[in-house]
Amino acid sequence: MGTGILVLCEHDDRGFKKTGFELLGKASELAAAIGGDVTAAVIGRAGGAELGAHGAATALSASGADFASYSTGAWARALQAIVAAADPAVVLAPASSRAKDFLPRLAARLGAGMVTEATDLRAEGGKVVARRPMYAGKAFADAHVASGLAIITVRPNSFPVGAGGGAAATEQAVSVALQDGDLAARVVDTEQAATSVADLTEAERIVSGGRSVKSKEQYDSLIRPLAASIGATPGASRACVDAGYAPHSHQVGQTGKVVNPSLYIACGISGAIQHLAGMRTSRIIVAVNTDPDAPIFQHATYGIVGDMFEVAPMLRQAFEQLEA
Amino acid sequence: MKVGVCLKRVPATDTRIKIASSESGVDTSDVKWEINPYDEFALEAALLMKDAKQASEVIIFTVGEKGAEAKVREGLARGADRAVRVEVGEVDALNIASALAGAVKGEGVDLVLAGKQAIDSDDSQVPAMMAEVLGWGQITEVDQLEVDGSAVKGWRNAGGGSRDVVATTLPAVVSCDKGLNEPRYASLRGIMKAKRKKIAVVNAEGGSAKVAYSNWSEPPARPPGRVLDGDNAQRVSELVRLLRQEAKVL
Ligand SMILES: Cc1cc2nc3c(=O)[nH]c(=O)nc-3n(C[C@H](O)[C@H](O)[C@H](O)COP(=O)(O)OP(=O)(O)OC[C@H]3O[C@@H](n4cnc5c(N)ncnc54)[C@H](O)[C@@H]3O)c2cc1C
Ligand SMILES: Nc1ncnc2c1ncn2[C@@H]1O[C@H](COP(=O)(O)O)[C@@H](O)[C@H]1O
Repeated sequence: MGTGILVLCEHDDRGFKKTGFELLGKASELAAAIGGDVTAAVIGRAGGAELGAHGAATALSASGADFASYSTGAWARALQAIVAAADPAVVLAPASSRAKDFLPRLAARLGAGMVTEATDLRAEGGKVVARRPMYAGKAFADAHVASGLAIITVRPNSFPVGAGGGAAATEQAVSVALQDGDLAARVVDTEQAATSVADLTEAERIVSGGRSVKSKEQYDSLIRPLAASIGATPGASRACVDAGYAPHSHQVGQTGKVVNPSLYIACGISGAIQHLAGMRTSRIIVAVNTDPDAPIFQHATYGIVGDMFEVAPMLRQAFEQLEA
Repeated sequence: MKVGVCLKRVPATDTRIKIASSESGVDTSDVKWEINPYDEFALEAALLMKDAKQASEVIIFTVGEKGAEAKVREGLARGADRAVRVEVGEVDALNIASALAGAVKGEGVDLVLAGKQAIDSDDSQVPAMMAEVLGWGQITEVDQLEVDGSAVKGWRNAGGGSRDVVATTLPAVVSCDKGLNEPRYASLRGIMKAKRKKIAVVNAEGGSAKVAYSNWSEPPARPPGRVLDGDNAQRVSELVRLLRQEAKVL
């Protein structure tokens, strides 16, 4: 039985992602209670000394030609090797689309218990207990793995990023021997987005539009610029997506993206139970709606009963003046 | 090519979820059931392959109690050929995945289509675990899919709005996201025909569940919100002030 906590730290061309810093900070706190060290797992590049600033004592990395592009099998094999080297009690990872792709494979291989999309973690009786939404956020429960390795994915923005300032992590390369079939499924191409905004699931700010934007043109001229004015990612209700005003990838809700921003602005969205399922854990919710009885107001931190065609441009102007 | 579809019944999306007790979990006694919405995309993808004569047979697989058969029957009414229901002792993602894998192997299926997530467990684990147990390739959360002979290509969200194009070969497990297709309704004729289609029942060995759940509750209540007064200009400037000074999110 291992000790300590291993944190998967994802990265892109701009460096390590914030999600890893969030988890390293929380892991340091948990490790103080359950014992052991905090180790960072880095796949697809070498290094990681800078992760020490957020609490990693060691950064174990797997890199090389096999990791030039993402593949489920190579990533699972790499993390398997890193788990073998670190022998942790718990693996924490962001609930990103890639982590959710390869981690269940590794969990099945190792016979580990896996918990998805935790929104809070605590130490109890020497174990890490994960609080997580289920039934699309309509229920919450504590989940823990009674024996053996626990693999837990955590929803982005669940924990603050600490001030940093810790000593550099010790870098250590881990060699990975891929097996037949590990490259059976691989990324052959990545279609880049036209704009580079944060993915909805990781976004800290989101501005969403509903059915009442009435056209793609008005979604583009009302919702997108309002979002852009505060560096937010644009989102949409299903009614808005199904009407063709916004692409499927923008849908927030039970059959869309589950989001966890610090600020969610809903423009002309009624607040149907399936929409709430996707955004109810947002820290601050702002609703703009003409109908004072719209259910969204029961969940909004701040509400404006008004016409979004009038309010949204005013809000955008006010936001733009802020940035200036 | 035989195509398998994983189908789970889940509480309808507009159901209010009631907690039976903090230790026992959700009270499903008077829940209205539906086919898991993501499994509808998987089923539709399989039926489109059948329409295009790419699939010789579409078989539905479900792990669950007898009560699950009503929703399986609905899948048969939409056009699947037959179904297999697997019973296991303790259910968790790995037990379900192993049970499905065993049944899929038993039927000689070449391609398994599943949903990206069951909207009750919200685990997003079963398809990848199933692929591991089977030793097959996988592509999860696809919103576009091409099957050409034994070559499979799927498009999946890679974050920040970009999409990864993933290639693999059969046999494989693919999990489906919204956007892949528009699920069809069952026709009256389909409903009639489904009454005579077969649902085989098999038993699978299952280990004990790895993850224990406790302390169930409804979502934490949000503090009451505030509706802002005044004309729109006043409300907008008040909102900006609150977002900066009270909520500190700007
Ligand atoms: C299986 C299933 C899955 C679903 N999954 C999702 C999901 O993932 N995400 C999702 O969002 N929905 C989902 N839904 C749909 C959901 O039930 C609602 O139909 C949908 O969320 C409504 O979208 P809306 O709020 O944009 O539209 P409406 O409910 O039509 O609301 C429009 C709102 O705009 C307001 N309004 C009108 N004009 C203005 C104006 N000028 N200014 C300001 N406000 C205005 C109205 O007062 C109203 O409240 C799902 C449904 C089902 C059955
Ligand atoms: N009991 C089950 N029976 C059949 N398929 C299932 C079952 N549980 C999960 N699945 C499939 O696996 C997908 C993901 O489920 P989950 O990992 O529980 O979120 C679902 O969309 C189904 O396609």
